[in-house]
This record gives sequence, C-alpha cells and structure tokens, in this order.
Amino acid sequence: MSAALVAEVLGWAFLMAGSVFLLIGGLGLIRLPDFYTRIHAAGITDTMGAWLVLIGLMFSAGWTLISVKLLMLLFFLAVTSPLASHALAKAAFLRGLEPMLGRGLEIEGDDD
Amino acid sequence: MIDQFGVATAALLVCMAMTLIRSIAGPTVFDRILAVNSFGTKTVLLIAVYGFLSGRPDFLDLALVYALMNFIGTIAVMKFTRFGDLAGMEEDEEEIL
Amino acid sequence: MGLFDRPDQPWRAPRGESAVCGVALFVVLMAVWLLNSGHYTTLMVGFGVASSLFVVFLSWRMGIVDREGLPVRLLPRAVLYAPWLFKEIFKANVDVARRILTLYEPNISPRLFDTGVTQKSDLGRVIYANSITLTPGTVSIGVRGSYIMVHAIAEEVADDLQEGKMDRRVTWLEGAGS
Repeated sequence: MSAALVAEVLGWAFLMAGSVFLLIGGLGLIRLPDFYTRIHAAGITDTMGAWLVLIGLMFSAGWTLISVKLLMLLFFLAVTSPLASHALAKAAFLRGLEPMLGRGLEIEGDDD
Repeated sequence: MIDQFGVATAALLVCMAMTLIRSIAGPTVFDRILAVNSFGTKTVLLIAVYGFLSGRPDFLDLALVYALMNFIGTIAVMKFTRFGDLAGMEEDEEEIL
Repeated sequence: MGLFDRPDQPWRAPRGESAVCGVALFVVLMAVWLLNSGHYTTLMVGFGVASSLFVVFLSWRMGIVDREGLPVRLLPRAVLYAPWLFKEIFKANVDVARRILTLYEPNISPRLFDTGVTQKSDLGRVIYANSITLTPGTVSIGVRGSYIMVHAIAEEVADDLQEGKMDRRVTWLEGAGS
C-alpha cells in the first residue's frame, strides 16, 4: 500500500460520504414540514456534506497550496453558515412565523 | 471511466435540483431564502469539485469569492426583509435581544 | 472630521490594546494574502502589504480593532474545543439524517425553548450560540439576557442540549480570555 493509493482511497471515501450527506440534506429540505425544521436539513449540507467533500478534495490535492485554499474555504463555510442560519431563523421569528411544535405537528401558539 | 469527482458532481447536481424545487415551492419567503442560501453553498462546492474534475484547481479562487458573496447576499436580503432598508437599524431590536 | 481623526466611539479599546491587536490583524491579513496569492514577486507582495495596511486602517477608524475582534488568547483552548465540537457535529448529523430518512413521515417532534447560558462575556455567548446553530438539530433564534432561545428538531435533542455539556465547555473556553 503506497501513500498515493491510501490518499486515493481516502479521497473516494470522503467524497462519497459527503455526497450521501448532501443528498440527505437535499431530501430533508423537501421532506420536512415547516421552515424551522428545514433549517436543520440545510444545516446538514452546510456542515457535514460540505466539510466531507472539501476534505476529500484535500486528499486528492496533497500537500500543496490548493489544500490550504480548501482549508480556508472550509473555515469560511464553518464561520458563515451558522450566522446565515441564525439570521434567517431570527428574521422569520420576528416576522411572526409560527413554528410547528410537538409530535403530532399541530400548530401551537394561538392560546396566548 | 467515471472518477470520484464525477460521482460527487452528479450528487451535487441532484441535490441542487432538490433545493431548486424547494425554492420554487416554498410557501413563505424565508423558505425561499433558505433554499437559495443552501443553493449557494452547493454552488461553492460544485465550483471546487469541477475544478478537480477538469484538472484545473485554480477554480478554487472563484469558490472562495463565491462563498463570501453568498454569505453577504443572504445577510443583505435578510436585513431587507426584516427592516425594509439596507442602511439603518430600526427599533424592534428590543423585543427579543 | 479629518481622515485621521477618530470619531467618538465609546466601545473603542484603549490605545495599547488596540495597537497590539492591530499588529496581530495585519499579520493575519498578510498570511491570508500570501497563502492565496502564490505569486511571490516584489510587486505582488507590495500590493499585499498595501492592502493589508489599508484594511487595518479602516478597521482602526471604525473602532473594531480590539480584543473581541481578534481573540488570540482563546486560541490554545479553541484548539482543544474544536475536535470535541466536530465530534458532536458528526453525531448530530447522523442523528438528524436518520430522522429525515425515517419511512412514511420524518421522525421529528420540534420544540422551542429557552436555555440558560453561564458565559459572562458577549464573545463567549456568541461562541456558544454559534456552536448551537452549527450543530444540526438545534438553531439559536435569539439571545435575551442570560437565555438563548433555541429551536430543536426533536425532544431528545432538546434534552441533550439542556444537560449543558456544551455550555460548560464554552465557559471553560472563555475562561482563557479573562
């Protein structure tokens, strides 16, 4: 097992795992019932999906300046995606969008 | 022969199609913005992966810039829907902050 | 107001701290430039120095060059916090993915609740709220006083957060800065 082969196999594995998480996130974005729950599905693609794909690309690039750029991209995504999600959730909440709550997904909040 | 980048590109394109469905169907404006933001993240990944697929990793610079633009764009649209204005801060900070 | 007069900004850091953090900011910006450029001719590096200096000047004029903007002292503990956070994010990802993939209808029971924070500084609270949002399954919606309003995708996730493991870790991380 040469080092190049190990890097190739790891690159495959990470890219495939990332693709699976991306697809699950996309599916969740369609399947989940209301806006606040869809944020969680988008969170999957923003964290694990994106990170695993970028790490897989890093294995393909090796110890070069390209890996550093990929790492920087990973850092930007990790810092900006929670901020965007939070801004969205807060804006929706302040606008009075009611979240669905509870197991049966009935809308609460009319009682106050 | 299909390599790992080809498979990842295909997965990304399928995922982007799903996101587009949500951005067209989304009942509220926030669903649409969430979908567009998510679409932007996937575009960044697509640029990066396509750079490797075509053997020109220089595309990463574009991906970096697109990541920053996507974030700033989302924040700007959010601010606009919340305050109706891009310049100032209005008074409703007190209610929840 | 002249170009080099500083506007009256009450949040501005004292002069000594501001100078140290300005130098640190310049070093960080220059490192980003050098890593992204890949061309190491005199002209290109000169452009890098000029634009880094310009950005430091603009930040200084806005009054945001301070300890909070560039928390260098949190770095040693952040190096230990990050792997733990990655582990938690991975577990949460698998959990939420399984909830989405449940047959017939997604296995979710969303909850909206307030959780207490024990961090003292604003920076610590921001780190905690961002960690919550970064973990799939929980999104922080707003901060009021010493509470963060959180939306969780399921009751189990909400109970897990309210145990306060992450809260204690972030408070420990913040402790390095005081």
